[in-house]
Amino acid sequence: MTTVFKRPAALTDRQFSYCPGCSHGIVHRLIAEAIDELGIEGKAVGIAPVGCSVFAYEFFSCDMVQAAHGRAPAVATGIKRAVPGSIVFSYQGDGDLASIGMAETIHVASRGEKITVIFINNAIYGMTGGQMAPTTLPGQVTQTSPLGRDVEIAGYPIRICELLSTLDGVALAERVSVDTPRNIRTAKKAVKKAFEYQAEGLGYTIVEVVSTCPTNWGLSPVEALGWLNENLLPYYPPGVYRDVKAEGFANAAEASAARLAASSVADPTAGKDAEGGGCNG
Amino acid sequence: MTPDTPNTAGTPDTAGTPGTPNTAGAAGAAPDTAGEKVLMKGNEAIAEAAIRAGCRCFFGYPITPQTEVAAYMSKRMPKEGGTYLQAESEVAAINMVYGAASAGVRAMTSSSSPGVSLKSEGISYMAGSDLPGVIVNIQRGGPGLGGIQPSQADYWQATKAIGHGDFHMIVLAPSTVQEMADSVFDAFDLADKYRTPVMVLADGMLGQMMEPVVMPGRIAELPDKPWATNGHKGKRERTVANSLYLVPEELERRNVERFDRYNAIRATEQRVEQYLVEDAEIVLVAFGACARIARSAVGKAREKGIKAGLIRPVTLWPFPADAIDAAVRSATAFLTVEMNMGQMVEDVRLVVDGRRTVGFFGRTGGVIPTPAEVLDAIERMDRGMSGDDCSAEPEHMGGAR
Amino acid sequence: MADQLNVLLAGFGGQGILFAGKLIAEAGLIDGREISWLPSYGPEMRGGTANCSVCLSDEPIGSPLVLEPDVLVAMNQPSLDKFIGQVVPGGTVILDSVMIATVPERDDVTIIELPATRLAEDAGLKGLANVVLLGRVLKETGFCAAETLDKALQKSVSPKRQHLLEPNRKALSLGAGG
Repeated sequence: MTTVFKRPAALTDRQFSYCPGCSHGIVHRLIAEAIDELGIEGKAVGIAPVGCSVFAYEFFSCDMVQAAHGRAPAVATGIKRAVPGSIVFSYQGDGDLASIGMAETIHVASRGEKITVIFINNAIYGMTGGQMAPTTLPGQVTQTSPLGRDVEIAGYPIRICELLSTLDGVALAERVSVDTPRNIRTAKKAVKKAFEYQAEGLGYTIVEVVSTCPTNWGLSPVEALGWLNENLLPYYPPGVYRDVKAEGFANAAEASAARLAASSVADPTAGKDAEGGGCNG
Repeated sequence: MTPDTPNTAGTPDTAGTPGTPNTAGAAGAAPDTAGEKVLMKGNEAIAEAAIRAGCRCFFGYPITPQTEVAAYMSKRMPKEGGTYLQAESEVAAINMVYGAASAGVRAMTSSSSPGVSLKSEGISYMAGSDLPGVIVNIQRGGPGLGGIQPSQADYWQATKAIGHGDFHMIVLAPSTVQEMADSVFDAFDLADKYRTPVMVLADGMLGQMMEPVVMPGRIAELPDKPWATNGHKGKRERTVANSLYLVPEELERRNVERFDRYNAIRATEQRVEQYLVEDAEIVLVAFGACARIARSAVGKAREKGIKAGLIRPVTLWPFPADAIDAAVRSATAFLTVEMNMGQMVEDVRLVVDGRRTVGFFGRTGGVIPTPAEVLDAIERMDRGMSGDDCSAEPEHMGGAR
Repeated sequence: MADQLNVLLAGFGGQGILFAGKLIAEAGLIDGREISWLPSYGPEMRGGTANCSVCLSDEPIGSPLVLEPDVLVAMNQPSLDKFIGQVVPGGTVILDSVMIATVPERDDVTIIELPATRLAEDAGLKGLANVVLLGRVLKETGFCAAETLDKALQKSVSPKRQHLLEPNRKALSLGAGG
């Protein structure tokens, strides 16, 4: 008999602690499958965040480090710099990555740190019981936005892939969802590509997974998928926001140079000799 | 933290040799021959000694008066094949240390008081995950943004409350540039031995001043770290660096185990320097830069016929309780001298436990006490003791009171 | 030789106060003495006053901060005004008279007014007034042998800047001879 479906080796035997209908389990599995297929478990180090996936260090078979809230990119930086040959990934939720850890998020990307960030965006704080997240939609009701997120008071949600794609250190920024088998296959490809780009040293890689949180959304798993389709995906459209290889560059550095060359403002020092000056053009 | 005052005092300015660029002190001249006596700034001595101790990852952020540590590292680390990285914040820097330390590499960060506050979270996580690492605090006056002149106002922070939770951190307090180098070297060994963060607590005076220093030789062998999270290569069980234990009994067990280790540290690692304590009636207790001033004052007091002595805690945690306790037998009074409003004096009183008078003299806010002021405090205590001067109070706050 | 010599050098940032102090310290190092060198630091370095404490001793040095200098080298008016009162009785004040218009009264210290900036400029040693003054400190105090200070100078001028060695030597002897 041929085995057509089994638990990936990169997952431990530990049973997931996630709620029914939560996306974490699917995404964990996709990461583990990618690790198995690329044969990188032995040099992989994962960083668990603070949030529902705080126990991620229990679930992956590779070496794991648990980080303080928002600090996973800094911890990942420390590991990658200490052991440059390793494959380092952080697994972070929206509160962790886009709120308390935003400085680390921006800077690890701008440094082009050769790590992979898996970003679970479910528009809510799960572990603490459903508070407003930086990605909570306008009007979305949460425990701390009981009348719906009022952008006049609480400001607007942050689109991470769009934001990070403006930074020169980024080799891959892709947003996916895991709401359908087809989208799951796309997500798997993105995760695998991110690891490959990291291994090739192309730059920083992030895969944002638009995810469900039926428990804190107050919906059944099936209803949650519907809500995700109707509300989250329009605000956070899946797609490739940066892929330096697909854009024809060897790596993030080359893409950065091309971006500068294409700048609409001429190099202020270019005509220096002719004009005998050149202070800010 | 705030790079509020980009420090240009870096090194001897070079107007004496026109056109000479800032040579960043001894950074270029870092003698690779151990044993040679060279002039170095305390901050530079710290950095060079760290490299010799096998530090291969340094994560920093500019803040006066510690910036030379980072500047020196930025020059030397690339030559050593190590990592120098200017982090986006103090918070990120300590978490980078956490990551590099978890991967088994000797890692360090340095800052000054306000920046060290920001590192407290990461230090707590390091302690909770049993990760070694070295944190340097070149103290300045506080609270808040405070000032930039030398201070010892972070004693409480370093020894009692560097972060949340049940933990301690070994704290070394150098008093000379030579000790800046030696204590950093030791700090890495202690950190690895006990799997704990270690702080070198100095101040702007020690960081900025130059003295002759003999650099320690390069460490020959680094300890094995089977617990490191650096990729299992399929050759060992996976490792996890973690401080989360949701079952109270499990967390309690971890903490008790860690405190067993702390007890071992208390029993074996108390370090102290004693000066003329044996026959001293008034024993001064002072650490770091302040101990140098106290020592001068003790000399002046002796010239005046007052039997004074000095206990200088070299480890602030573990606090050298044994040495203080031993001195209680011979001394009639203690005088703690600090560059703060009176912090270590509480630990002295805890050990003395009411058996003797414990006085305090301090200057704060970046004001450096003078030997004359300290001598004055000794004399007041001496008079108080002999009943000559009823007004002698146990506490004298220079300037402030 | 005095048991301990405390020198305070003060002037504008950029006049070479710290470098002159470092030469004294390096000389002390060559002589195998206890030494400390402590700069003022912080924002005052930007165009304001800079100063530097140097202690030479045969005993371990307590506070490296020189509050009562045996020798004060002053390169501008604010520095002289600020520190002259602190010089120990019997001490020495060496000042650059080009940069200083008014010398406060003190009859218990030796005050030496040297037009160091002009002497340096006239000799084609622009920017070396600090070293000229240091030459005078050596002459007045004999804090080390002349050869020792020369060695300190060689050590302090980086290998890439060896062409500056001779001008510095000239400045030293200009001060010492002046």
